[in-house]
Amino acid sequence: MFDTQTHKDNAVESKATKIECRDCQVYYGDTHAIKDVNVDIEDKTVTAFIGPSGCGKSTFLRCLNRMNDTIDIARVMGSFKLDGEEIYDKRVDPVQLRAKVGMVFQKPNPFPKSIYDNVAYGPRIHGLARNKADLDEIVEKSLRRGAIWDEVKDRLDAPGTGLSGGQQQRLCIARAVATEPEVLLMDEPCSALDPIATAQVEELIDELRQRYSVVIVTHSMQQAARVSQKTAFFHLGNLVEFGETGQIFTNPEDPRTESYITGRIG
Amino acid sequence: MNTTEQHIASAFDRDLEAIQANIMKMGGLVEAAIMSSARSLETRDEELAQEVRAGDKAIDALEDLINEETARLIALRAPTAGDLRLVLSVLKVSGNLERIGDYSKNIAKRTGVLVQSPPVNDSAAALRRMAREVELMLKDALDAYIQRDAELAQDVINRDHEVDQMYNALFREFLTFMAEDPRNITSCMHLHFIAKNIERMGDHVTSIAEQVVYLVTGARPEEARPKADTTSVVTEG
Repeated sequence: MFDTQTHKDNAVESKATKIECRDCQVYYGDTHAIKDVNVDIEDKTVTAFIGPSGCGKSTFLRCLNRMNDTIDIARVMGSFKLDGEEIYDKRVDPVQLRAKVGMVFQKPNPFPKSIYDNVAYGPRIHGLARNKADLDEIVEKSLRRGAIWDEVKDRLDAPGTGLSGGQQQRLCIARAVATEPEVLLMDEPCSALDPIATAQVEELIDELRQRYSVVIVTHSMQQAARVSQKTAFFHLGNLVEFGETGQIFTNPEDPRTESYITGRIG
Repeated sequence: MNTTEQHIASAFDRDLEAIQANIMKMGGLVEAAIMSSARSLETRDEELAQEVRAGDKAIDALEDLINEETARLIALRAPTAGDLRLVLSVLKVSGNLERIGDYSKNIAKRTGVLVQSPPVNDSAAALRRMAREVELMLKDALDAYIQRDAELAQDVINRDHEVDQMYNALFREFLTFMAEDPRNITSCMHLHFIAKNIERMGDHVTSIAEQVVYLVTGARPEEARPKADTTSVVTEG
């Protein structure tokens, strides 16, 4: 029988805009790294940023939770609105913002603490748990969402750094979701993982999309095709094409997109 | 599509070129099979008919080869965008060509029977003209394929109309012959199947041309192709 459910899952639905980016520019000193980018990141959707090295995709991702604030020579201009609120407004506390807009990095970077404390750290500093029982519950829930609970539940006191690379990355994802973020930014989350750990993280990303808006930067075009519903192609600081992932990979509109995804010299 | 640009992995280009070269080789064999089968019918040449029947094996073998190469390329290269559309079109076009080859073989088989009885009017010449038209359409469709020419492909799609009309005319003619003299029935039945075979070849050529439009533009041809085969609703007379 025709599987209508699968079909529906892959279909493009119009979702509410989570982050609205308008006329975005980023300079590193004199270098114009992001040029006039306009894009709407949708809620409950995985958006993939693809493009060659140095195209600006990571820079743009880092604008979404003000990670570029930590770079002295970086200047960010334009409007970035999370649920209609300007995130670069002076009244916005970047620490609070980053609890809402979580981030997972290329290299797994667990704290040199126990598995439990890695996950409990965020909820503790943001005061999300009233007591130990509350915190235990948050830690378990987060580790389950990170699809790593079954592997670590008997050794929560063991150091996070003692896990395998794939487990560490899932621990970092559990840590990122522990503060109940609304948006999860992932910068090359699988590039240091083997194919099995990659598949587990990809499966996890698909589950996370039920609750969050996920933005993933990846060099693997196949990964972008597998996990995302929307794909944005960056080239030389420009957002060249943004569209439904299926369309980008079967019939891209811009010849630069076609050259890049088919592996031609563009 | 960017056909002028090379892949960074040059082996990918070589694989794609090899598959397309096999499609063109298959196309050449099929064009020859169409013309030879029609000529064997007109000139009542049993030997030529036998050659067409034997030659179908080579066409089938090429289809198998193309399917294998294509499966391998999908597995190893994960083609996307224009490359993906090319690979998909290769699979369909090779299937269409194989079917056209089968119809030619069937015409050659029926020719073996038809030469046993006297010719019916000049219908064999009319069938050869019809086959000639289909063969020209195929040639243009394959040219359009290799040159990525959607306009020429659309032209081929529009020309299928003429083949359908030739078939309609022959259908009525055979019906009349059979009504006039029951001794014509055996021959006319075979001739009618031959006409139908050629008409179906036209449909497969049209399908190839539609693949070209998809390959080049990423979209199916805008309008459904004109349907001019009206014989499915014909009653006697």
